[in-house]
Amino acid sequence: MVSRKIEILVGFFVSLGVLALVMLALNVANTSIGSNGETYTLKAKFENIGSLKVRSPIKVGGVVIGRVTNISLDKSDYLPVVAMEISKDYSNFSETTAVNILTSGILGEQYLGLNPGVLIGESDADDELNDLFGQEKLKILADGDFITDTKSALVLEELIGQFLFNQGGE
Amino acid sequence: MSQNIVEIKDVTFTRGERVIYKNMSFNVPKGKITAIMGPSGIGKTTMLRLIGGQLKPDAGDILFDQQSIPKMSRKILYQVRKKMSMLFQSGALFTDMSVFDNVAFPIREHTSLNEELIRIIVLLKLELVGLRGAKNLMPSELSGGMARRAALARSIALDPDLIMYDEPFAGQDPISMGVLVKLIKSLNNVLNISSLIVTHDVTEVMSIADHVVILADKCVIGEGSPQEILKHESPLVQQFLQGLSDGPVPFHFEAQDYTKDLLSEQSEGEYQ
Amino acid sequence: MIAVWQRLGKSTLERFSSIGRATSLLLGSLFSMPNIKKGTPLLIKQLYYVGFLSLTIVIVSGLFIGMVLALQGYTVLQGYGAEGSLGPLVALSLLRELGPVVTGLLFAGRAGSALTAEIGLMKATEQLSSLEMMAVDPLKRIIAPRFWAGMISMPLLALIFSAVGILGAHLVGVNWLGVDTGSFWSIMQAEVSFEKDILNGIIKTVVFAFLITWIALYRGYDCIPTSEGISNATTKTVVQSSLAVLGFDFVLTAIMFSS
Repeated sequence: MVSRKIEILVGFFVSLGVLALVMLALNVANTSIGSNGETYTLKAKFENIGSLKVRSPIKVGGVVIGRVTNISLDKSDYLPVVAMEISKDYSNFSETTAVNILTSGILGEQYLGLNPGVLIGESDADDELNDLFGQEKLKILADGDFITDTKSALVLEELIGQFLFNQGGE
Repeated sequence: MSQNIVEIKDVTFTRGERVIYKNMSFNVPKGKITAIMGPSGIGKTTMLRLIGGQLKPDAGDILFDQQSIPKMSRKILYQVRKKMSMLFQSGALFTDMSVFDNVAFPIREHTSLNEELIRIIVLLKLELVGLRGAKNLMPSELSGGMARRAALARSIALDPDLIMYDEPFAGQDPISMGVLVKLIKSLNNVLNISSLIVTHDVTEVMSIADHVVILADKCVIGEGSPQEILKHESPLVQQFLQGLSDGPVPFHFEAQDYTKDLLSEQSEGEYQ
Repeated sequence: MIAVWQRLGKSTLERFSSIGRATSLLLGSLFSMPNIKKGTPLLIKQLYYVGFLSLTIVIVSGLFIGMVLALQGYTVLQGYGAEGSLGPLVALSLLRELGPVVTGLLFAGRAGSALTAEIGLMKATEQLSSLEMMAVDPLKRIIAPRFWAGMISMPLLALIFSAVGILGAHLVGVNWLGVDTGSFWSIMQAEVSFEKDILNGIIKTVVFAFLITWIALYRGYDCIPTSEGISNATTKTVVQSSLAVLGFDFVLTAIMFSS
């Protein structure tokens, strides 16, 4: 009862719809880091987070390795705590890692820049080196750990204020 | 086994505030042509819908083959409906299918016959109504009379026990009316089915009916063979059969006194 | 005073009974046993009428809306030297809002009104009654395939709308206004997330499809079978489903995108 022409046109319509979904999924959306990859969470406490937002990217040398998942205020000292979801592919940050709030361009969005610090290799050679120098073994940051070395966001008003203060002092 | 295919027993039916039937009873005998006649607006079509189970009476019972229609579950009602069919006033052909597919529709829906067999049945039915040549036309290409004949072919597709005709002659020219009258008569004899015709075309239906029921005033006012009805003593029946403009059914719609109405100064509504 | 109360009560009762009839229509068509062999051709036919025939209007509007977004967005973003953000601006507006909503409005006007008019006319020409008398359930035969066709077509149409809109924006932004094609796509990819934006957009369209198809089918099935009744029902379909789309869009946006 249904003619061939109608069947073909409906097939065309459905495949066009699927094609649109595939195009949107692959070309438009960011599917590389998402729910499919396993992640772990690190935390960091800042003086001031500026305009950092949930879902702001976390970058190492410009490469996105994760996203901010939560921003809250620590009730004991009233400092903001940022939770960072980082891909499991990059799971060997040492405790010397530093995290800065950076801005892309002058008016661009803010993101977190991770500075890996001393890297921890996987071979035993480093352990021997460490033993040699009598150095304490560096801990690897695990899920839920705090990054202690943080640098807050640059707030333009504070910068200008400091500048004026310095001018006045001269 | 009873001689009646449909029995209407003390049926009362109201629509909103309006009483359509009050304690109406009549029978439709098996294997015969029964005509229900009456002035327009009396609810003749409603009677067919009651028999078809599309509406439920407020009181009373309707028996089809000794089974009570209003008390049936939906599932059984759908089973019973396969044994009856209805020819609607407009024909009600499916406008998106050809005549062939329209006639094949009930067969395809209710049986699992293969297409070759369906083709044979459909052509048989179309031949009966004389429309075998029109099988590939769309309903919009048919004249009113042809559409009704095509619909008739569709309604006999599943060989029902009862066919109900809703105003089959309304708006037909004399030739197609004659064709339809002949068709109804011959189908009834050839297929050995019962027919129930709702109409107000007195002369046409009196020529083929075996049993006549005349409705007026919410109930049956006359019932019997055409000869008995013609000799019926009720003035209402006579007025209807002879088409007199005034009589027990008044020419004027109920209104207040004529002179009073003309002289009253009250304006009836702002039409300007 | 009592007359006012009476009118209020009457209209409330009518509203409730209308909702009740609409619900029973929905349940009757959804929970009827589908017959795969007979149902599939019906569904395909309706997919053609409801989906394929809406394709032109959706593609053309998607293209133009994407192009206009690119033109407007470019003028504003250029002021901040942020032309690179044109990609995410267009993509996010289309995926989150314009895709579902505009497709919904077009779908209501194109397919919804056609469904109402078709079913209304079927009722007026006694085709629905005649189906019933042939022991064929019109809810199964007429309503259910149209309902599912709407539910399948509309999300596909919205996806096509968004995709075409982004291509249109690319045409205007990159080919005419000179935004760098690399930054157009890469910033878009960095900003758009599959599950947050695309999936939420799809959920929205599914909800809209449900609302529009339901309203359209109910209005047709419940209309007064005269030419005036059908025209009223068609108008009601377009007005009510458009309002429903906009209203539910607000509610869904509030649930989905407010953190």
